Amino acid sequence: MPRSFLSYIAQRAVQCVLVILIGITITFFIPRLSPTDPVETAVNQAVMVGQFSHPDAVREMKEALIRLYGLDGTLLQQYVRFWKGLLAGDLGPSLSSFPKPVMTLIRGSLPWTAGLLLTTAVISWTLGNLLGSLAGYYKNQRWASIVGIIAMALHPIPYYIMAFVLVVLLAYVVPIFPIGGAIDIGLKPAFSIVYLSSLLRHAILPSLSLLLVGVGGWFLGMRTLVTNVIAEDYVTYAKYAGVRDRVIMYQYVMRNALLPQITGLAMQLGLIFNGALITEYVFSYPGLGYLAYNAIFAGDYSLIMGVAVFSIVGVSIAVLLIDLAYPLFDPRVKYQ
Amino acid sequence: MRSRMRVISDLYRHDPRCRFALSVIFIVVIFALLSLVSPYDPGSSYYAPPSLPPSREHPFGTNSRGQDIFWLMTFAVRNSLTFGILTAFLSRIIAIFVGLTSGYKGGIVDRIMMVINDSFVVLPVLPILILINFIMRGQMGLMELAMIMALFGWAWDARLIRSQVLSLKEREFTFTSVFSGTNTARILLSEHLPFVTPIVLSTTINNLLWAIGMEVTLAVLGLSNIGIPTIGTTIYWANQHQALISGVWWWLAAPVAISVLLFIALYLLVVGLGTYLDPRTRIQRMKGALSDERA
Repeated sequence: MPRSFLSYIAQRAVQCVLVILIGITITFFIPRLSPTDPVETAVNQAVMVGQFSHPDAVREMKEALIRLYGLDGTLLQQYVRFWKGLLAGDLGPSLSSFPKPVMTLIRGSLPWTAGLLLTTAVISWTLGNLLGSLAGYYKNQRWASIVGIIAMALHPIPYYIMAFVLVVLLAYVVPIFPIGGAIDIGLKPAFSIVYLSSLLRHAILPSLSLLLVGVGGWFLGMRTLVTNVIAEDYVTYAKYAGVRDRVIMYQYVMRNALLPQITGLAMQLGLIFNGALITEYVFSYPGLGYLAYNAIFAGDYSLIMGVAVFSIVGVSIAVLLIDLAYPLFDPRVKYQ
Repeated sequence: MRSRMRVISDLYRHDPRCRFALSVIFIVVIFALLSLVSPYDPGSSYYAPPSLPPSREHPFGTNSRGQDIFWLMTFAVRNSLTFGILTAFLSRIIAIFVGLTSGYKGGIVDRIMMVINDSFVVLPVLPILILINFIMRGQMGLMELAMIMALFGWAWDARLIRSQVLSLKEREFTFTSVFSGTNTARILLSEHLPFVTPIVLSTTINNLLWAIGMEVTLAVLGLSNIGIPTIGTTIYWANQHQALISGVWWWLAAPVAISVLLFIALYLLVVGLGTYLDPRTRIQRMKGALSDERA
């Protein structure tokens, strides 16, 4: 393998490790530097509810929680312990569904988030880029400017508002789709038409809200890129040389304009992930976002911590994978 | 100052998108300023009959807590806008510092700064903000939230600023300043900063959008200070009172409609500004102005 390719991979891997390092360190310090103590909060909550009113019991609970949250010992000891647990895939037990480990809960929600995120990211990226390049190439056509206006109106709307408007319109005012959940209640997972159609019906609205925002963004970016590439000399030359329109469009223009969009996908994955989390909350879709919401509701500190840590690691690795796929599209990285 | 007014009037005249955007923003700002003459205190409730549909007396209706939604929204929009501007301003300080220094210094400083920068670009911010707000729940005002958001919202813009400085660095006037002994800070602030002002402006609006949207997200999850009226907390309270199920749809319609309008307007302003600043379209416009003069 050529040297530049290897150094590219090494560079991306270092970047990935660094994102995880910075992200995890931030999450480690948040509860420790914050003026409010998660243990204190949990104890106060329990006392308010009426449990543990005996002072000894309160003290014991406090000590147990400090140990549970890994808040005992010096800061350095805590930090080392934090990483050790993480590398072993151990995020401690969840408080609201004690003694279930946080990791088990996350593992249960992960497929839903991954499924929602991956399908919508891939579809919106492909669709947005395809439409965007067509609109950039045929920019004087009427349909291109109409799609452009729609994209500009949809793209800036925050994920929450988009999801919310869709749920109101298509599940409440005109009840075509289910209002929430991932599957009809009581349905057992099976490879049957009933199960799959229920799965699909529940997934349509959450996916649609992510798609509408996503396609608009990729469309607008790609349209600008293509308009710029078209002005390049080599495109003009190809036109005069009599190369067919389709070939110019797909092989010359699109392929070049696509490269920044691949980097863009890697750069924006964190934002798209945020969107997926909040969309899950709106539709009670049982992924990480919904898990986090329930954790907030139940005051489950270790579960929120787990979701944050896991999101950082998951997104960084996904970004690394996109970065590693980049050379497939850009031969210059390989043969420099 | 005069030239800045001229940019606005240029934008207004030449670009229908900007005309729409500037008009909407103007109306929204006036709406927010109306809070200063509100007959009701945003903290009080049950001063009006609850859950009235929009009428002449209450243009946006009243909510289930007996508050007039029109006047409540003037406070909400004002707070959300202030919060967004504050966040955008604070994160600008970091973005400009990192962008200018990294681009100008180059070498190892640039590489280290950009690796950190890219980490912040990629980091999924929402789970981290959820964690922070969960721990400090109820103790954070909008000011504190803006400070925390600023710490996470600078990275993308720093990169854009850096890329501009990279080209400025190679220009003649930079060499002149360096050879005449101007110190680095002065070169960056008085020679380079004016050139990156346009891009700073457009990223500021983008950041404003992001901040207001994030506040809505956090508020809806019940994680911001729900005692302060903002666009987000208005939606939160409406959801808490199950406004849709009890048929008080106008309680939700007001914040959703206003925020959608505001978001589209701000975004169109960014797009319009981008087109305006793009040298290619600028030349076209100048040609147009010339032929106007001739005619």
